[in-house]
Amino acid sequence: MAETLKFHYDVDGDNFTSAGAASVEVKRKLRQLGLDAETIRRVSIAMYEGEINMVVHARGGSADVYVDKDGITIILADRGPGIPDIDLAMQEGYSTAPDNIRALGFGAGMGLPNMKRYTDEMKIDTVLGQGTTVTMKVFIHPANV
Amino acid sequence: MKIREIASLLGADVLCGEQMLDDEVQSACGSDMMSDVLAFVKDQGVLVTGLVNPQVIRTAMMMDMRCVVFVRSKRPTPEMVDLAQEHNIAVLASTSRMYEACGKLYAGGLGNGVCR
Ligand SMILES: Nc1ncnc2c1ncn2[C@@H]1O[C@H](COP(=O)(O)OP(=O)(O)O)[C@@H](O)[C@H]1O
Ligand SMILES: [Mg+2]
Repeated sequence: MAETLKFHYDVDGDNFTSAGAASVEVKRKLRQLGLDAETIRRVSIAMYEGEINMVVHARGGSADVYVDKDGITIILADRGPGIPDIDLAMQEGYSTAPDNIRALGFGAGMGLPNMKRYTDEMKIDTVLGQGTTVTMKVFIHPANV
Repeated sequence: MKIREIASLLGADVLCGEQMLDDEVQSACGSDMMSDVLAFVKDQGVLVTGLVNPQVIRTAMMMDMRCVVFVRSKRPTPEMVDLAQEHNIAVLASTSRMYEACGKLYAGGLGNGVCR
């Protein structure tokens, strides 16, 4: 890959049924590019958790994915309520998800810790009342190419 | 274990993925919490669940799973089956309850696999 490939998706916040569709698309694209299965899996899971978070906690947002020879960068940006205490939100099991979300199989408080675990770098920029941007990077392991 | 044997052990209907019935899977996990599947599953090829919504199929896709088994007579919507079909995931539906279904598969030789 000489140049950087860019993919952009709008994530609909009113529709839990379609949540994750962007992650599915990215997974398909990365497969077409011939990346190794483990890298694709890490990117897919991290982005999927982040996409679900935007739908559940922030009324949707946008997803931008950049792929170059070193790795994959995922930027998830929303204009939701922001995260008051990032350290708390990062704890396994901490969740403010309502019961109806739990009934749909999410809201175990494992999303953010999972995103951190599956990526090589993760940064959360958040402003209360304005929104949250999560930037994640997964390096392509030379041995996997 | 072949996906075909899973269907027969559970008396399950095959809703899609007939072409995969002779594919081998090594391990399975049972959960209604997709969050837990995303957090704890490592290389299980089969998801046994009583939850029915498109996120179940997407979760299985993200985890590179081969087969989803719906228990307790839960029936996925045609859209869910299409999504699974499109991404090469076999979908089975059984009248067994979760505990029974997992017990039968475990006793039949389908293990836990490696968890996180
Ligand atoms: N994009 C976001 N906007 C606002 N709050 C968020 C966002 N993402 C996560 N959070 C907060 O962080 C908590 C923990 O997130 P996570 O670990 O994904 O668990 P869960 O989504 O299961 O609640 C959420 O319950 C929510 O309070
Ligand atoms: Mg989450």
